[in-house]
Amino acid sequence: MRLVDIENLTVDFPQHEGTVQAVRGVSWHLAAGESLGIVGESGSGKSVTCMALLRLLREPPAKITADRLELVGENMLTADRHKLASIRGRVAAMVFQDPMTAFDPVFTIGHQIIETIQAHRSVSKSQAKAEASSLLAKVEIKNPAAMLESYPHQLSGGMLQRAMIAMALSCRPQILVADEPTTALDVTIQAQILQLIKGLQSELGMGLVMITHDLGVIAETVDRVVVMYGGRVMEEGPVQSIFDAPAHPYTQALLRSIPGQTPGRHRLIEISGGSPSPVHPPAGCPFHPRCDRADAKCKETPPFMAIAESRHAACWRLP
Amino acid sequence: MTPALELRGLNKSFHLKTKGGFFPSYTELRAVRDVNLVLPTNSIVGLVGESGSGKSTTGMLAMRLLEPTSGQILVDGTDITMLDHIALKSFRRKMQVVFQDSYSALDPMMTLQQIVAEPLHIHHIGTLSEQKAAALDMLERVGLDRRYGGRYSHELSGGQRQRVAIARALILKPTVLVADEPTSALDVSVKAQIINLLLDLQKERGLSILFISHDLSVVRALTDEVAVMCDGRIVERAATETIFTTPRHPYTRALLDAIPVLNPHLRRTRMFLSREQINAATPRLRAIDLAAKCDPSAIPQLVAINTNHHVEAIVT
Repeated sequence: MRLVDIENLTVDFPQHEGTVQAVRGVSWHLAAGESLGIVGESGSGKSVTCMALLRLLREPPAKITADRLELVGENMLTADRHKLASIRGRVAAMVFQDPMTAFDPVFTIGHQIIETIQAHRSVSKSQAKAEASSLLAKVEIKNPAAMLESYPHQLSGGMLQRAMIAMALSCRPQILVADEPTTALDVTIQAQILQLIKGLQSELGMGLVMITHDLGVIAETVDRVVVMYGGRVMEEGPVQSIFDAPAHPYTQALLRSIPGQTPGRHRLIEISGGSPSPVHPPAGCPFHPRCDRADAKCKETPPFMAIAESRHAACWRLP
Repeated sequence: MTPALELRGLNKSFHLKTKGGFFPSYTELRAVRDVNLVLPTNSIVGLVGESGSGKSTTGMLAMRLLEPTSGQILVDGTDITMLDHIALKSFRRKMQVVFQDSYSALDPMMTLQQIVAEPLHIHHIGTLSEQKAAALDMLERVGLDRRYGGRYSHELSGGQRQRVAIARALILKPTVLVADEPTSALDVSVKAQIINLLLDLQKERGLSILFISHDLSVVRALTDEVAVMCDGRIVERAATETIFTTPRHPYTRALLDAIPVLNPHLRRTRMFLSREQINAATPRLRAIDLAAKCDPSAIPQLVAINTNHHVEAIVT
């Protein structure tokens, strides 16, 4: 069974100046135990897709429509409040970019993890505390007892992110959604957290959705990649084949623009122009105004077509 | 040739209150310890390290936006450490800064043309119409159409705002630019544009840039030399490619090892060293093997292993 099945998802935010079209017809799925990376720049719709999947967006203003929006076979579009509360945390848990704002500053870490465990499972407080302690040990925290008594402001970003991962794992979810989990962290801590997430994912057999703007993080952690731009999926496929032979001009340009791949001081290959407007997106392929291979045809929306085994891309200029 | 900027034995301590009340007690935080750094004219030097390493504090000290506890700051060979604020004002024309967060760096009530012209106004350079024309020229140079002059910063994207910040920093034609994480908040595709802009402006204006960053990939593409900071000290300093190909200090190696590899075929499990393990692995060098004369000491010191490669080591 698929853990996640999304077909033709759109998310709109009506505003005074016009409707922000954050997600425009996105489809992807996640198999059991699989890890999927969603890579895109800010405004590409990668986070909104996952927030919509867990129905974490305030509706209204958000307007979610989809042909299918399923989490472990449950229809997320029709699920009511109680259903959602039981799905979130238990079926799918989320780790956010900024652990400092994700924790409540007036309660201890222990209080918040114990509260989460007790909200989903009928266990005694002492049982929950013992479990919180073992979870913290699992995320490689040296002194779990001291951590349980700590307040968020007493901990470093790396430590807090570990605590948040422990909290996310507390109800043994089948899917972990990590939204830029290492963006706010130092490079050495980032490597540790990524290794931790990867290790836990294979150990617990969870599905993993890794949302990031960093292709390095993608290359290090996931099996399959979805590349998003301007609210649409540009390309999708296994991580090795995407890095070996990126098909979509956007993916190619993105990979070329990453600095530090060659020795010596040098100019980088930049992508000219800026991100598309979410209110008035360009007609057709959202990347065409910045694409050096675009022609008149690109003003029509390209189909998301199979280009090789388990590879798909949305571009008129392919193959 | 006189370096554009030189830091000599720079120290900065902050006193943090650990106990308040009638008899407060303080603890000393040594944010920057005995930093020696040379920014040669017409070059880009990278200052790298993790958060809390003291790299931003060093940048602030170099601009005298913070007062050093001890040490000297030389701009074009002139000691500016003791200058009063009037004398300092004219020196500030020579050194400008660009910060990471362009959103809070630009006044939301001013038009872009006013923002860029403001330094000219402060330093009484030119008439109002000349200032206005210079600001528009500068905006154009950093890749923003002259029509943007009448707009406000909230109308811009992150990359465009950073262009405005660069335009404002360069309108006084400074010789030294301190750039503190100017590309860290930007999207991947825009980051390359700003790096290229900095490279072009450096060449065209003979600028010297102190580039402070935690992003080693950007540092590799942009800089001539790199200094690595850890706990307020410089632990290694060398030409950029030397740092990337033959790092000597265990902390530098740990930083480089943590960079994500852009090739899924080369995934591996990393070994992480604790700070204690890194300190224990401080290189031990014999005094006679060093490029410059140096006294043996059990306390780690920054020594030259060849003319252009310095590393912190215990000299025996």
